[in-house]
Amino acid sequence: MSAALVRTRDLAKIYRVGGAAGGVEIRALDGVSVEVARGEFTAVMGPSGSGKSTFMNLVGCLDRPTSGGYWLDGRDVAALSDDELAALRNRTIGFVFQNFNLLGRASALENVELPLVYAGVRARERRRRALEMLERVGLAERAAHLPAQLSGGQQQRVAIARALVMRPLLVLADEPTGALDSHTSLEIMALLQSLNREGLTVLLVTHEPEVARFARRILRFRDGRVIADEANARVGDAARLLAAHGEPA
Amino acid sequence: MSAIALLRVAMRSLAANKLRSALTMLGIVIGVAAVIVMLAVGAGARARVEEQIRSLGSNLLLVVSGATTAGGVRLGFGSNPTLTEEDAAAITREVPGALAAPALRGSAQIVWGNQNWSTAVFGVTPDYFEVREWPLAAGRPFDAADMAGAAKVCLLGQTVVRQLFGGADPLDQVIRVRRVPCTVIGVLEAKGQSLMGTDQDDLVLMPISTARKRVLGAPAQARQRSVGTIWVRVGEGRDMKQVEEEVRALLRQRHRLQPGQDDDFSIRNLEEVAAAQEASSRVLALLLAAVASVSLVVGGIGIMNIMLVSVTERTREIGLRRAVGARTRDILGQFLVEAVTLSLIGGLAGIALGVGAALAVGHIAGWRILFAPEAIALAAVFAGAVGVFFGWYPARRAARLDPVEALRFE
Repeated sequence: MSAALVRTRDLAKIYRVGGAAGGVEIRALDGVSVEVARGEFTAVMGPSGSGKSTFMNLVGCLDRPTSGGYWLDGRDVAALSDDELAALRNRTIGFVFQNFNLLGRASALENVELPLVYAGVRARERRRRALEMLERVGLAERAAHLPAQLSGGQQQRVAIARALVMRPLLVLADEPTGALDSHTSLEIMALLQSLNREGLTVLLVTHEPEVARFARRILRFRDGRVIADEANARVGDAARLLAAHGEPA
Repeated sequence: MSAIALLRVAMRSLAANKLRSALTMLGIVIGVAAVIVMLAVGAGARARVEEQIRSLGSNLLLVVSGATTAGGVRLGFGSNPTLTEEDAAAITREVPGALAAPALRGSAQIVWGNQNWSTAVFGVTPDYFEVREWPLAAGRPFDAADMAGAAKVCLLGQTVVRQLFGGADPLDQVIRVRRVPCTVIGVLEAKGQSLMGTDQDDLVLMPISTARKRVLGAPAQARQRSVGTIWVRVGEGRDMKQVEEEVRALLRQRHRLQPGQDDDFSIRNLEEVAAAQEASSRVLALLLAAVASVSLVVGGIGIMNIMLVSVTERTREIGLRRAVGARTRDILGQFLVEAVTLSLIGGLAGIALGVGAALAVGHIAGWRILFAPEAIALAAVFAGAVGVFFGWYPARRAARLDPVEALRFE
């Protein structure tokens, strides 16, 4: 079966602002039909207010659409209860945020363990899998550090390890480099590209073309609609760029 | 999320704001401490009253002869010896289930060897021991022959034995009671304090005939066979009030009192006196209960307030937890456990403080203090319940946060 991992049909999200009678309707998302196959690396681009964040929230099952349908890995998400959505987020989706969203009083290891805690994995197994993921992002020796003791890039790698620890089908990265300098941004993009080459589907929200160029497909949003859906003719290789630039002085 | 994991998260969050957590607990600490003190003082008071009723002998009526008025000065009950030994005999004979023992009271200086002691002397009948339920620690009570012959024998209370004899054996020793030599034939068991706080063991008992003729002398002989008090034991299955009324009617008839004329005696129901004392300690307990409940409510509101602050501060954390798979009930549980942890730690501190305060109160005020394990468990459960009750609203609010909004929260 060649069903798309993400499939939306006429997806819409409408907010009412003001009183019930004379309120103003805001169409944050206005009929979006998109398919994303397994193994894709897609960038979602658009100015602020274009609906890309709303789209990501819906794809991430954090929000419910006003109308339209959404199938994740062939399952109709609209039919699921809140608890089933939580389980779906836990097992199927990994989130990476602009501001990392790490728990400040928990060590890197404990942060990575968090999704495993909610999946009901036992402590010993949690520890093993979290350490394995920290190793994958190159931070095994920082496992006991608190987020405040890590650099921005390291914090984002911890967050990526947390997103991957449940071995999700899909990673949603919302401006993952927005709080990082250009060199660290390259490191993060290189990591995401390498994960994608291993088969992970990545959906990346960004407004920066120099980040989006590492994606193989680019979706452009404006006023709640998809205005362009194009393959990236010249996909950049973040790892090679990093090697070419070398370590910054 | 497992219970241990929830507890660890709660402890970490509370430890991050130590001063805030401690101040929040204070209301619970004070409330629980007040509950502990209240229950300890209340149980102690009840135990003391019960013990005193036991020591007096339960089901007892005390009939005291009337008051005299001399030149406008009223001298109080007992000053006019209206009761007689015959009254006591009549009560035993005519009131079913009643056993009466007359007592003639006087005070005397008693001497043994080079020791002397001032104490109360009671002339009583052999029935007295049964009526008061007062067993002997040693020796024998006096009998009918002693009564008939006004024998110079006596029994001593424990306090008198201690004061007069120290460690020596008083049995068969001869003591002088107002210069009259009396042989000690028995020693009474200790009874302890009376309801009025007097020492019931500070007395000498002797046959009423001996006391009247040989020891207490002239004033008691003013009227032949008069006595100051009559103790009445009410038999099992008879109503105290009923017997009291029958005794009253009998004595009024014997004293030829006209309807409308005041009694020339008074009857005291000792259980009523004890009950009145218990009631006063209950008022104190009630006062403490009011303080405790107010403090627990205030403490609970404090917890609710701090939990609301905590939920707001950690909105993003909640959003993140929801994103990585926490269900609403996981979030609810997390904040509820935090509130209950807060109130339970406060409760434990309150128990410690309460036990200390109760001991201090008992020491300073001289009250008996009694700790019941179930009372302490109750206080702990109560503290936990306060945490659940006042933690519920903030926790539900946290659980109901919209994940999208929560993640966007600055």
